[in-house]
Order: sequence, then C-alpha cells, then structure tokens
Amino acid sequence: MNRLPIQYAPKFNPDANDNLEINEALMTDWLVAFLQDEIVRRRKMTKAVVGISGGVDSALVAFLLERALGAENVYGIRMPYRSSSQESLDHASLVVQATGINVDTIEITDAVDGYLNYASDADGRRRGNVMARMRAIVLFDQSQKLGCIPVGTGNKTERLFGYFTWHADDSPPVNPLGDLYKTQVWALSRYVGVPSVIIDKPASADLIVGQTDETDFGITYAKADRILYYLLKGFSENRLVEMGFPQNEVRLVKRRLDTTHWKRHLPTVAMLSNTAINDYYLRPVDY
Amino acid sequence: MKYEVAVAQIKPQKGEVAFNLERIGEIFAQLEADSPDTNVLVLPETILSGYFLEGGVRDVARSAEQLFQELLALYRRHVSRADAALDVCLGFYELFEGKYYNSALYVTLSASNDYLLPTLNHVHRKFFLPTYGVFDEKRFVSRGRTIDAFQTRFGRVAVLICEDVWHSISATLAALKGAMVVYVLSASPGREFGGHHVGNIAQWNVLIPGIAEEHNVWVVYAGLVGFEGGKGFTGSSQVVDPWGNSLIQASITNEAVIRATIDMDDVAIARANSPLLADLEATLGDITLQLQHIAQSPHQK
Repeated sequence: MNRLPIQYAPKFNPDANDNLEINEALMTDWLVAFLQDEIVRRRKMTKAVVGISGGVDSALVAFLLERALGAENVYGIRMPYRSSSQESLDHASLVVQATGINVDTIEITDAVDGYLNYASDADGRRRGNVMARMRAIVLFDQSQKLGCIPVGTGNKTERLFGYFTWHADDSPPVNPLGDLYKTQVWALSRYVGVPSVIIDKPASADLIVGQTDETDFGITYAKADRILYYLLKGFSENRLVEMGFPQNEVRLVKRRLDTTHWKRHLPTVAMLSNTAINDYYLRPVDY
Repeated sequence: MKYEVAVAQIKPQKGEVAFNLERIGEIFAQLEADSPDTNVLVLPETILSGYFLEGGVRDVARSAEQLFQELLALYRRHVSRADAALDVCLGFYELFEGKYYNSALYVTLSASNDYLLPTLNHVHRKFFLPTYGVFDEKRFVSRGRTIDAFQTRFGRVAVLICEDVWHSISATLAALKGAMVVYVLSASPGREFGGHHVGNIAQWNVLIPGIAEEHNVWVVYAGLVGFEGGKGFTGSSQVVDPWGNSLIQASITNEAVIRATIDMDDVAIARANSPLLADLEATLGDITLQLQHIAQSPHQK
C-alpha cells in the first residue's frame, strides 16, 4: 500500500503569542499618520503635550509624537509626587534625551496634599486617584498654555482591566495606544527605539511605593493579553478553558473586564426625548 | 478595444460636499493637463462626504441627477477642449424616492454636447449593507435591491460597493449579466496589523484577484484613504486583469492617482482557456432550483 503522509494542523497553543504579533514598521507608519491627521489636519494644531511618567506607554507615545510632529513641537511633562520613585524621573529623562522633545517638570505634591489634608482617611486607591486627576489637570492646563493638544497613553489592556482613573489618565482626546495590548506596546517600543531599561522593567503606576501592575492584577500581562484577545473575539470562558487556558486565570480576566465596563463609557444620561444626544442625535466625533 | 482607466484615491473632508466636489474638479483639470487620454475616472465609496456620517447622511445626500449635473458643470468649468470626454464612477450618499442609499453612479461627461451627449448611465445602490462591529449602515441607509450590468462607451460593466464584493454571489451576478469590467468602490477601515499587509487589505488582495480569475473580468478597485475619527481607510486602489494579476496598486495611506490600460479583448482570451463563466451559465437552471428550494425552506433539518 502506498501510504500518503498525513499532515495535521497544529494544535492550539495557549502559550503562543501568534495572534498578538504585529507588523511594527507598518503599525508605526500608521500611528504616525493617525497622529498627524488627528492633530494637524483635523484640529489644525502643530504641537502636542504628553505626560512622561518614565514608563513604557508614555515613552512610546513620545517617540511616535516626535516622528509625527518633530521633537521641537512635542512637550513632555514630568509630574512627580513626593512618593514617586527617582527611577521614574530618571527614565523620563532618558525618553527626553532619546527623542529630543521639550521637557518641563511640574511637581504635584503641594496640589495633591492641599486636598489630602482634608481627607486624612484616604486609602491608597483614593490617594492614587487624586494624583491621577491632578496630573490630568496639569496636562490640560499646560496644553492650554502651549496652545496644543494633550495626547493620551493608555493601552488596551489597562483600558479593558479598568486600570486607570476615570476621566483622568483616559481623558486626553487623542490616544494612539488605546487599541494596543501591553505586549504589543512592548514590541512596538522595541522597534521605535525606546531604551530597553524602560521596556524591561516591571510596569508600575507608581502611585504607591513598590507597586507593580502585574501584582495588582494577579496575572501577567502576557497571559492576560492572550485571554483578553479571545474573550474580545467572542470566545466563551468555557471555550477558553477547553483550549487550555487555566480556569482561574480566565475567570479573573473576565471578571475584571465585566466589572469595569462602565469605565470605558461616557456618563449614563437619562434619555427623555427622541432627540437624545448619542441615542438619536448621532454624529461621529469628527463630523 | 482598449481604454485608459484612472483611479483617484483621495481624502474627502468630512461632510464638506462642496469642497470635495471642487477637489474632484481639480482632478478633472489635472487629468486633462497630465493625461488627457484618460477615458474613465474612478473614485472611492462616499467620496463626496466621507464614510462615517451616521445621522449626517441626511445632510449630505443628493439625487443622482443633481450630482450628475454638478459633475458636468464641474467638468466643463475645468476642461474646455472641444473633443474632451470622461466617464466618471464614484460613490456618494443618495436621496432617492424618499429614502437614503449608499450609492455609486456612473456618468459620461463631455466638454460639448456637439461632441458627445452627457449621460447618467447607471446608479448602483449598495446591496449588502454592513451592520456589525464598526459598521452601522442599515441604521442610516436603505438597501439596494438589484445588481446590474450596464452598457458604457467602452463595453458592458458593473459597479459594486465594498461589502457587496465580500459575497461572491454579487460579482457572480454582475458577470452573469454580462459585465466585463467590475468597478469596486470601497471605504475600508484598517484593522489588524499583524501580517505583511493590514488585515482588511490582505483580504481585499484575495477577493479582488479572486473575482477577476473566477469570472475572467477586469476589476478596478478604488479605496478611500484618510482618517475619520481615528478610523483610517486603507486606500490600496488597484487594477486587476482577467487572470487575477494586479497591474498597479496605490499605497494604503497616501492620496494618489493610478492609471492602467484596460484591454477588453483580454476577457475573451482569458475565458477561452478557463470557461468557468460558461460552465456556470450552463448550470443556471439547476442552480436556480437549488436557490428556490433554499429560499422556500428556511430552518432546514
């Protein structure tokens, strides 16, 4: 008998990153074109301001803005609180040096403490929210002063996890990273030349000393991104478990996703007429 | 018979129909100056207004007849050569008999009635309206009811719009009705950046040559470019011959005009070696019975 070789399709590997791989060159060109279109063509502005935390997200945005607008038109603002780590400040300086963008440092300690003096019972979460909201105030005020637009840096993973302060770090009107998972942010950052010390360090909101994102989540970004990828494609929790993802991790990710859904929306408005804004009166943001 | 086709992929200004018409007028003028032998100009879906308009559709929609007259006036303002003529195929939001449509029109324009009588040849109303994910067309426009081929100065052609082409039945109907050239107008937002091409363009690069090769027709694809509220359209206009070879393809981001020669004789040559369309015609009776059976027997067990 002449036996034919049988080739089987490879089995699914839950540890493989295939679906999160990106074409870095293509995506960089696309995001640069996006920034130019949103800022220059649509809003007739030439400059942008971005908060530089020392983390990888804002570093990547600074690199993209430098390509889109030119270093002289980008303003990076460092906004440390007294408990912010020196390493964050140093890494922010690395970004400024590597891109050549303008930089200013505006310490938010006095402003934050000015309020917290009246809220001595505030726990870490509340204190972190106040800091995030103060940074948004500074960023928007600086954009007004400089006549330019604030650019956001939130990535898709933290948006899906609700790992941000509502109407604070998510508030800038333009965000090039919002549809990129964190693992994709890392890949793109390597491509555009973000210093490796910034990419390789554990991600941290740096609102509390010693804090890291992955400890806060209870799961690594690499695992979370793979599970989020399939959940957003419409796969059920059971299906993901059948595919080989650990049940506890799937459950954790799904719970974070579901419980933070509201944070990805504008405030809920009572609909009272058949001309309700965004229910009946429908116009895209750029119309 | 040969003719010269140009595809202009440009970035319309959102909702600014008058501005966008002027932009098309500039293209008329440029073609007259730089390549006056161009016979057909193709522009993408919703080129008069931009694509994502939601309720703004009602502000920009116009009748095909009005647009025909506007284009004719524009052409005659920019082109004065006595024997000048240009066929134009473009996408726009249409108001027709009290309903709104995502439509394409095909017109013949001339600088002088004495040379050639201007004609509104055809209006195609988008047959398949995407209403999923980022798309919401059924909410704002009505669905077209027919897919037709029609006669032009250069032979029998058809026009399809975007999702029409993602259903192979559309191009099949066009080919069965005699189209030798299929013009495809599109506004395709870029998504999925993992592969060599942006994901939707990778799919278009399968669909367009697939149509050409299956039915041995020319396919001219016009893709919108530019961003609308963060959603970027992926251009990549191209001209594909009846064997499925892409002769030229524009970039995914930049405004551009591409041009190619369409040789209608190629259709017969390609079909002689690959008579798939004739095979299909020969089985239409059986296929029709099958389709009737499917249509009349929902929820088959």
